[in-house]
Amino acid sequence: MSGFVWFAIVIAGLLVAAYVFRLAGQAITSNAPRFRDMTFGVAFGYVFGAALFVWAVYYYFQPKITEAGTPNAGVIFFRWAVQGFIIASIAAFLFRVLGRAVGTETTKKLFRSMPLTASFGILVIILYAITAIFAGSIAPYGESEILGAANVLAGGDVAAGGDPAYPLGTDQIGRDILSRLIYGARNTVGIAFITTCLAFFIGGSLGFLAATLQGWLDQLLSRSVDVLMAIPSLIFALLLMTIASAWAVKLGVPLTIFMVLIIAMIDSTRVYRLARAVGLNIVVMDYIEAAKLRGEGLGYLVFKEILPNAMAPLLAEFGLRFCFVFLTIAALSFLGVGIQPPLADWGTMVRDLGPFINFAAFIPTAAVTPLLAAGAIALLTVAVNFVVDWMLHKTSGLQE
Amino acid sequence: MLSILKIVLQRLGLGIVTLFVVSIVIFIAVNSLPGDFAEAILGQGATPESVATIRRDLGLDQPLVLRYLTWLKGMLTLDLGTSFAQLNFANFGGAGTTTVAEQIAPRLSNTMFLAAVTACIAVPLAVTLGILAALYRNTAFDKAANMFTLSSISSPEFFMAYVLILFLAVLNPIFPSLSNIYDGMAFSERLEKSMLPALTLTLVVTAHMMRMTRAAIISLLASPYIEMARLKGLSPIRVIVVHALPNALAPIINVVALNLAYLITGVVVVEVVFVYPGIGQLFVDSVKIRDIPVVQACCLIFAAAYILLNLTADVLSIISNPRLRHPK
Repeated sequence: MSGFVWFAIVIAGLLVAAYVFRLAGQAITSNAPRFRDMTFGVAFGYVFGAALFVWAVYYYFQPKITEAGTPNAGVIFFRWAVQGFIIASIAAFLFRVLGRAVGTETTKKLFRSMPLTASFGILVIILYAITAIFAGSIAPYGESEILGAANVLAGGDVAAGGDPAYPLGTDQIGRDILSRLIYGARNTVGIAFITTCLAFFIGGSLGFLAATLQGWLDQLLSRSVDVLMAIPSLIFALLLMTIASAWAVKLGVPLTIFMVLIIAMIDSTRVYRLARAVGLNIVVMDYIEAAKLRGEGLGYLVFKEILPNAMAPLLAEFGLRFCFVFLTIAALSFLGVGIQPPLADWGTMVRDLGPFINFAAFIPTAAVTPLLAAGAIALLTVAVNFVVDWMLHKTSGLQE
Repeated sequence: MLSILKIVLQRLGLGIVTLFVVSIVIFIAVNSLPGDFAEAILGQGATPESVATIRRDLGLDQPLVLRYLTWLKGMLTLDLGTSFAQLNFANFGGAGTTTVAEQIAPRLSNTMFLAAVTACIAVPLAVTLGILAALYRNTAFDKAANMFTLSSISSPEFFMAYVLILFLAVLNPIFPSLSNIYDGMAFSERLEKSMLPALTLTLVVTAHMMRMTRAAIISLLASPYIEMARLKGLSPIRVIVVHALPNALAPIINVVALNLAYLITGVVVVEVVFVYPGIGQLFVDSVKIRDIPVVQACCLIFAAAYILLNLTADVLSIISNPRLRHPK
């Protein structure tokens, strides 16, 4: 109960401080308009922000080890987070400076108007792509190579159950976690990318086809998509995976291939909706009429006339769709029905390493491994979302 | 009033038709299993005689259409069939619970409880934050909120869940990290046990609702009547809450209902992380052991809830539109 009392006292103190802040501002700046017209909410915001900043600085410089001799895990995590944030900001800033100096005139122009979040997103995407492509040469050990010791903790500190040979430790059957994280970039991201491409190919071409031909084909496709979209996608994916797992055993085909097809099918319905809506706006244009009168075939109309003009919204949708597919695959793997064991995969790693988090109070580095795998997923989707957000903002800004 | 009733009835009819077609899709999907239920139940030890017996018992020797009608009739009368798994691990108390309905009923009410707790926290929080972000748009607060919500939308649910476990259960033991809910638990204890899953779901849905609230209000701020209110000298908060909010209600209600629908799929992962005995956990367990009747029934329940909430969103946004409520 005392927690709530303290909370109330702090809030009341901040409210009083905000009032004082506004009055003091008026008195010191001899009633400048900025302070005279300041609403109480804004004043509270300033005071709250300042209090938060002071607390963060105070907490950052707390000792790493408590008086009782146990590690102060909260402080350690907080320091990591702050350091990570600062390093990421500096890296994004340097990347933007680099982008402005190097490259063609168009890319330079692009980087000049870019917010820091977007340049951070692009940097992360490039790093992930490099990791995925060169996973084989970056990773210190093989993907499913079983090494000497199992359950070595992260950190490389022998006293805390670590081993310098395995900086992030080993998992429950003795595979190097760092190597599996690196290979996970190839498997998880690669499979998600293939799935998204497939979903776009199916959904996009059917959507444009429906928009061009209209009539009964449009009705048939649109109504089927309506029905498929009425089932929540994760639930539908789980249902189909149940059936696929039986088929996979019978046919001897890896379950992962079924998963790619199933998720591509489910997500292509969302792509279809967008492609059809965009396509319907394009097919009424004069140049489509002209192309039809020239006697161009259906393939030419769809791929040479409609597709180039629908590129901008589809590209933004590709980014968002990739995030959805990536998260769905991660969720399926986390639930144990997605990417199957011999392949290294982040979702499965989170599930397997999850219990380590309970040791965080004693050995802070132990909790890092499940969070690293989950964080690797989160970081990529956040990065893609930052870039898509900027792209959408840019295209909508240009239209106004 | 007549036209609005007509539209609502139309939507309702459409919803029922959709649900009917969805039930056909689920039935066909399940029946495309290699072999059939009989082989699935018996597994390795299937002899031709025993397979034939079970096929007759379950009515699998009848034509597909007839079987679908029987299943549909069972669904409508809440007779969801018999579970394959003789032992349900999560239900040690009630040994021998084999009907699907008996398995699902307690789980469903647990999930409803979790969703209700989440909605009670998330909806007021999201709307308040959205109004504040619209009020103080383009300030540091707005930008920080934008970055935070974008990150929480894009993180997987289990990442949020583990971060919350780390900070609220392991480092600062405020809430328990495992939600072992059982019957006859006191309400306060039940609330405390389901707090972490509810907070995780709150983080996931609040972001989306807040962004939509902010966008819906800001899109109205350029309209002449808002300009008028501002020129009358009203305070910014009054302009937003009294003048802009009622007109922004339709999209806000819509996104709230859509996010409640999203909660239904979101619960699956969150329930697994916190070992919360809800329907999502049951669904995943049944998927793993291929307990087809349970999977089928859960799937239909999820789809029904999803369709119902989408329908509610539709109807509410129609009702909140004054042009439709008072036709000329």
